[in-house]
Amino acid sequence: MSTIEARKITKKFGDFVAVKDADLSVAAGEVVCLLGPSGCGKTTTLRMIAGLERVTSGDIIIAGKRMNELAPEKRDIAMVFQFYALYPALNVGENIAMPLHYEKISKPERDRRVKRVADILHLTDVLDRMPGQVSEGEKQRIAVARAIVREPNCFLFDEPLSRLDVELRHSMRGQIKEVLAGLSKATVIVTHDQLEALTMADRIAIMRDGIIEQIGTPHQVFTKPANVFVASFIGTPQMNLVRGKFEGMSDGKATIQFGGEKVELGVNPAVAKLKPSQVTLGIRPRAFTPVDHSAKDTIVAAAELIEPMGAETLVHARTPDNSDIRVVVPRDVKFKIGEKLHLRADPSQTHIFGEDGKAVRA
Amino acid sequence: MAEATTTFWERLGLRKASGVGEAGWGQTLFAAIISLIYFLPVLLIIVTSFKLQTEALAVPPKFFPTSFFGLIPDQYVFSPTLENFTSVFSRAYTAGAAAESTGFDRFFFNSIFIASTSVLLALVIGTLAAYGFSRYPLRGNDTYLFIILTTRMLPAIVVIIPVILMFRVAGLAGSYPGIIFLYTAFNLPFTIWMMKSFFDELSPDVEDAARIDGSSETRVFFKICLPQVLAGLAATFVFGLILTWNEFLFALLLTGVDTRTVPVALNQAVAGGGIGVLWGLLAAIETLFLIPVFLVTFFLQNQLLRGVTFGTVKR
Repeated sequence: MSTIEARKITKKFGDFVAVKDADLSVAAGEVVCLLGPSGCGKTTTLRMIAGLERVTSGDIIIAGKRMNELAPEKRDIAMVFQFYALYPALNVGENIAMPLHYEKISKPERDRRVKRVADILHLTDVLDRMPGQVSEGEKQRIAVARAIVREPNCFLFDEPLSRLDVELRHSMRGQIKEVLAGLSKATVIVTHDQLEALTMADRIAIMRDGIIEQIGTPHQVFTKPANVFVASFIGTPQMNLVRGKFEGMSDGKATIQFGGEKVELGVNPAVAKLKPSQVTLGIRPRAFTPVDHSAKDTIVAAAELIEPMGAETLVHARTPDNSDIRVVVPRDVKFKIGEKLHLRADPSQTHIFGEDGKAVRA
Repeated sequence: MAEATTTFWERLGLRKASGVGEAGWGQTLFAAIISLIYFLPVLLIIVTSFKLQTEALAVPPKFFPTSFFGLIPDQYVFSPTLENFTSVFSRAYTAGAAAESTGFDRFFFNSIFIASTSVLLALVIGTLAAYGFSRYPLRGNDTYLFIILTTRMLPAIVVIIPVILMFRVAGLAGSYPGIIFLYTAFNLPFTIWMMKSFFDELSPDVEDAARIDGSSETRVFFKICLPQVLAGLAATFVFGLILTWNEFLFALLLTGVDTRTVPVALNQAVAGGGIGVLWGLLAAIETLFLIPVFLVTFFLQNQLLRGVTFGTVKR
């Protein structure tokens, strides 16, 4: 079975803890994205799975076998590097065939396999060229071809699309997803691009400062962020996070005070258990509906900057307590700068984060 | 260069109108003149090697081997001869006596053998060491590298006395292994530093990819790293060769009669005559002496250019 399991893996470089007690399991055929800002330890985690870094503590289990002490070449994995890492002295065909050499496969069989993956990834025409003579997109596909030419236990991708331009990235995302779907191997993709993670992954692990903050399906991490960090990291435009004071709850509505004003917002019932305290209120820009007049459950804010984005319009507005909030409205809803907005938030999309930053949710 | 109009320098062809592209004719000419000035001493030696003693000493110097159909006045023209070249290898030391071998065939062999062996040896050892320093740093890596370089921080004349004493005790003075060993050590610091910088420039990802694709560490070095630093090897080889080829002091004091190299023999051939300096002969030896290094550099020049410009351009 092609599975990957990381059990409480930790990596220290001297005193610096790059990854701390990370738990991750990837089932056969599953694609898991490690997502996080740069320097969060996601690449280190991947390199530990690959065997390019030793774990300081914890276990790496691939296909049911503990791999901690095994060198990369003995782990039966394939990896695609951020900068492709093509062999400069070998031509494209030889690059793709490289992993097969070590498996002692006969030449005709090797050629057949190279041709097969070259067909899949549209590389047939460039097989005789040197890596320096092909385009960025082709380099990327060569790197993928080299990874899938063998039948390894699992696939690891390190920022596979970060060097491509937007258009190419878009089409490669689809291609890689398609190729991976046909292979049904455990796959880990490292990325800092949430769109990449949301579109390609079956599950996403969001990392910060060496700690996995949340693992869940793209839908889960978007709709139920575990904490303030995940909430702010996932989704564009960013979720509005406003500090306020939770005063109590009645009829499923939480009274929250900020900027001298009190609003009553529909929130998750679990919030009722919360004592009056400082909280962070999280509402996505698309969860607001502008209404005509002020009400108990509306937030008031003055429009400051209006950015039409085509289908929708992004409005930056300022609340009386001087917090910036972003509101996305359909393009036919028009506002003027300085105009007061009365915004009603969708209760199912209104998140309350406690003082520890964790979401309060049933 | 903010102005779009042609400037004085541009009209002269000394500056290009646009930032990139081929050099103007003025620039090319300028470069040619500078190169000529650099090349002039070498050219003078080559020309002199074809002159007889009287012509070699003539003032004003005779520069041209032919009058180019009467174009050049006779006073600047000499009649070329190969006599100097034959006397490099055998000549009569006193007038009328039979020609004897000068031993220069042996000295040329010595120079080629000693220089190439020691530079290659230094290249093999130095490349392995540099790879180690680059990829498997020791605790205090930089200190080791610094210590290696300290041996080249002093002028050779300062270290020569202890070296002579060491060679005496070890019985290495005057032998091939002795001088080859010395030159290998002499080239190592430079080789290690050069090769380390080439290895440092390589993307470690490529090596990691090879590891994942199933290569052992040995294969990573030979199949992946080494092919990428060929230009560096060529550059290091040529620089090491030139340094060793021209080395005089160690060779003077540590080679014997049988292992003498050309620079030492050249000095003795010139100084030992008693009849003043034989300029033609001297120039002929030097011209022959130039050829091997010239050929090596010429055949490696593409690699060399890539080697010396390595790392200066972001890939």
